[in-house]
Amino acid sequence: MEKAILALENGYFFYGWSFSSPVRETGGEVIFNTSMTGYQEILTDPSYKGQIVVMTASEIGNYGINEEDSQSDRVWVNGFVVKDVPNVYSNYRAVESLKSYLEKNNVLGIFGVDTRAVVRILREKGVMKGYIGVGDISPVEAVKKARSIPDISELNLVAEVSKPSVYRWTQKSWKWPKGYEEQTEFHYKVAVLDYGVKRDILRLLADRNLELICFPYNASAEEVLSINPDGIFLSNGPGDPATLTYQIKQIQKLIASEKPIFGICLGHQLLSWAFGSRTYKLEFGHHGGNHPVKNLKTGKVEITAQNHNYATDETKLPQDVEITHINLNDNTIEGMRHKNYPVFSIQHHPEAAPGPHDSFYIFDEFYNLIKECKK
Amino acid sequence: MPKRTDIETILLIGSGPIIIGQAAEFDYSGTQGAKALKEEGYRVILVNSNPATIMTDPNIADRTYIEPLITPVLEKIIEKERPDAILPTLGGQTALNLAIDLYEKGILDKYNVELIGANYEVIKKAEDRDLFKKAMERIGLSMPKSAVVKSISEAEEVIDWIGFPVIIRPSFTLGGTGGSIAYNREEFYPKVKAGLDASPIHEVLLEESIIGWKEFEMEVMRDKNDNCVIICSIENLDPMGVHTGDSITVAPAMTLSDREYQILRNYSIAVMREIGVETGGSNVQFAQNPKTGEFYVIEMNPRVSRSSALASKATGFPIAKIAAKLAVGYTLDELSNDITKKTPASFEPTIDYVVVKIPRFDFAKFPEADPTLTTMMKSVGEVMAIGRTFKEAIQKALRSLELGRYGFYMGLENVDENLLKEKIIKPNPDRLWYIAEAFRRGFSVEEINKLSHIDIWFLNQIKEIVDYELYLSTKDISTLTEQELEKAKQWGFSDRELARLLKTTEEEIRKKRPPVSFKVVDTCAAEFEAFTPYYYSSYESLSGKVEEDKIIYYRDSE
Repeated sequence: MEKAILALENGYFFYGWSFSSPVRETGGEVIFNTSMTGYQEILTDPSYKGQIVVMTASEIGNYGINEEDSQSDRVWVNGFVVKDVPNVYSNYRAVESLKSYLEKNNVLGIFGVDTRAVVRILREKGVMKGYIGVGDISPVEAVKKARSIPDISELNLVAEVSKPSVYRWTQKSWKWPKGYEEQTEFHYKVAVLDYGVKRDILRLLADRNLELICFPYNASAEEVLSINPDGIFLSNGPGDPATLTYQIKQIQKLIASEKPIFGICLGHQLLSWAFGSRTYKLEFGHHGGNHPVKNLKTGKVEITAQNHNYATDETKLPQDVEITHINLNDNTIEGMRHKNYPVFSIQHHPEAAPGPHDSFYIFDEFYNLIKECKK
Repeated sequence: MPKRTDIETILLIGSGPIIIGQAAEFDYSGTQGAKALKEEGYRVILVNSNPATIMTDPNIADRTYIEPLITPVLEKIIEKERPDAILPTLGGQTALNLAIDLYEKGILDKYNVELIGANYEVIKKAEDRDLFKKAMERIGLSMPKSAVVKSISEAEEVIDWIGFPVIIRPSFTLGGTGGSIAYNREEFYPKVKAGLDASPIHEVLLEESIIGWKEFEMEVMRDKNDNCVIICSIENLDPMGVHTGDSITVAPAMTLSDREYQILRNYSIAVMREIGVETGGSNVQFAQNPKTGEFYVIEMNPRVSRSSALASKATGFPIAKIAAKLAVGYTLDELSNDITKKTPASFEPTIDYVVVKIPRFDFAKFPEADPTLTTMMKSVGEVMAIGRTFKEAIQKALRSLELGRYGFYMGLENVDENLLKEKIIKPNPDRLWYIAEAFRRGFSVEEINKLSHIDIWFLNQIKEIVDYELYLSTKDISTLTEQELEKAKQWGFSDRELARLLKTTEEEIRKKRPPVSFKVVDTCAAEFEAFTPYYYSSYESLSGKVEEDKIIYYRDSE
């Protein structure tokens, strides 16, 4: 167990202990996540590429790591910061410890940090760059390194997390006691643009008997339309949407094709740009599983899983785009729908994983929209 | 939609005398509820037979009756005060039972009084084992194999199907009074008879034993728009077989993955909807087979419960207050979070600490009572401790019990091994200390798990505390490093215990150890600013700030 330091670009630093990996140092944008369960899903969510994740819940690693809950085939976070991590895990599905999992994935994890102090600073000063070093590193050096880390908007993260070639997805959602089952019915063909898609999004689409063909992040609109899809899905993914100008252009062409389109998170943000609005950076983002979102059509409140640092600029949205969902904590946009095209999107994560399942119905809405358009 | 304007006067029923299974937490919830309703401009009539309560203070309700909690008295009060509604969900089982009786005797109809929070059908469905079981079947949730019987001969008919050991739960009793476990036919008949006698309707539930399964609780709230939120998850350190009121419980749940947590969340909401609790808080209890992950629903309380009081203090979310406001028509998104002010009450608290509750027993005053813990509640109180880690919280809780023990040591060195094992197998008030003693003697986590069925996660946490205690006792204050002392404080060792282990005085320890950090309970893990938080103490790691000409070191305190 070696001493470690987490430093932020504004000069604050925090001591802890390394609990994983031969990795000696790491850097990234420091964000905090308030989910109390689901660290395995968070670690493997491609949207966290480029980020150091600080968990607010204090005991992390208790139920180990299992073979079923990962959201991709590897860990994507740049670093992982917790208050406490146990030496023994307990859960009937667990196959290894959080420590060994991070080690295998070459990701630095530290514990013993006053995570609440970190959160209080991020809440007040906003998201910022940070550095974690193991060993005898002076605070001055650590802060200097934090400042030298490239800004997240300068990185092409989507290219790193997207799968390079076209693939099919047929696995359905996890159910106790059988686990995963394969899809047997295929009603409509859906082209998925994989900007770093989470597996549970694909599973929920597969549950609804949609035939999924996934395209890499740099697929052109023509390639996507060449399979003549009945619907198009724009996935979640990491980084600053403003940098993805090629993708935004392709999406504008896809909208013009009048195919049903559904976007989640980054997909939603890219649609915002495609509609002629823009996205702006939130002060400290939304990362957690307890965000109240109001469905403006039904008036009902959904508790949602969220993971985004950018939001749609409402003032720049054209008249023909209707806001369908808002976040009740800060009134930011959580969902929108185009009035003239069959296009809608959700900013938060209706697939949860981790988080509440209140918004699963949104996947039904996509299915119904495709069905409607087919008629 | 704002509050209801078709009702003016609301009758609130208190829970009566403090007894095992129903204590001061219902004064806490009733007081919160009365204040919340008054704040909304309703005329609040309160009845409680116990004058030693905050709720019966003159400024809490508009009119207070200190009268016996029996139907004829309630009828007289209703006749005189003519309330438009009764809120029966804040006064424990006593208030619910009275509400049922008032309804069944036609008194509510006669005076045109509405039950708000939970109506008659809801209370019946949740409380009547048979109706509850059918309701769970309708939504596809499993329960332990069980049968309701009204006589010994009926019991005989079903016992072969259920098998031994079998749990005997009398219907409609407080804190599980008259409940027991039978391991064989010999024990079975007298225990069934005792259960039948304890039940006001002469009825018991015989239930498949799932002793050793893990136990969880969820605190749910629902408003009239069907918005549902989970306030808190709770994991019992003591597995199934010990009444929840007598169990050591931990919040949030420690050993559930998100997949399992969300199953319980979905189940809890489904139970609330099926039972039909339209507004307010409920508590749903689950058991989990530790080997297969299968969940059973155990029961639900369609009211504010003992666990709700714990969940309120554990999260900062005032369940009883919000329940009262939901009962008069508000929705969760119309109410604000008291602590953050700016965010709504329609959210799920997230906590960045661990809460441990340990029941307090007083068998010294009841020498006749069997101190073995069963499905009948025996504790007379409880302590709740908050720490940044489980280790810190449990050690704080141990010394808060005021048993003259300042950690996991109680002087059991001379206890023989058979007794030691027996005290680990059979749940009892001192079990934690026997477990610690077993670890001192070299027992493994697996061995203790076999004896106690307590989850290995909890056991290993205790073992690590004991191992560190043994390590510390080989040191003295001059040979201990600063780092080692910091770790001891972060693991919840008291100054007093450290003084004993390190052969010095508390004053010496206090001089050398890091200073206390005060942390905040704010419902949101510091995501939003807190305006009316409350504090707990902890020992934090070092933080600092690099400034232009100097480096500042500090331990964050709020």
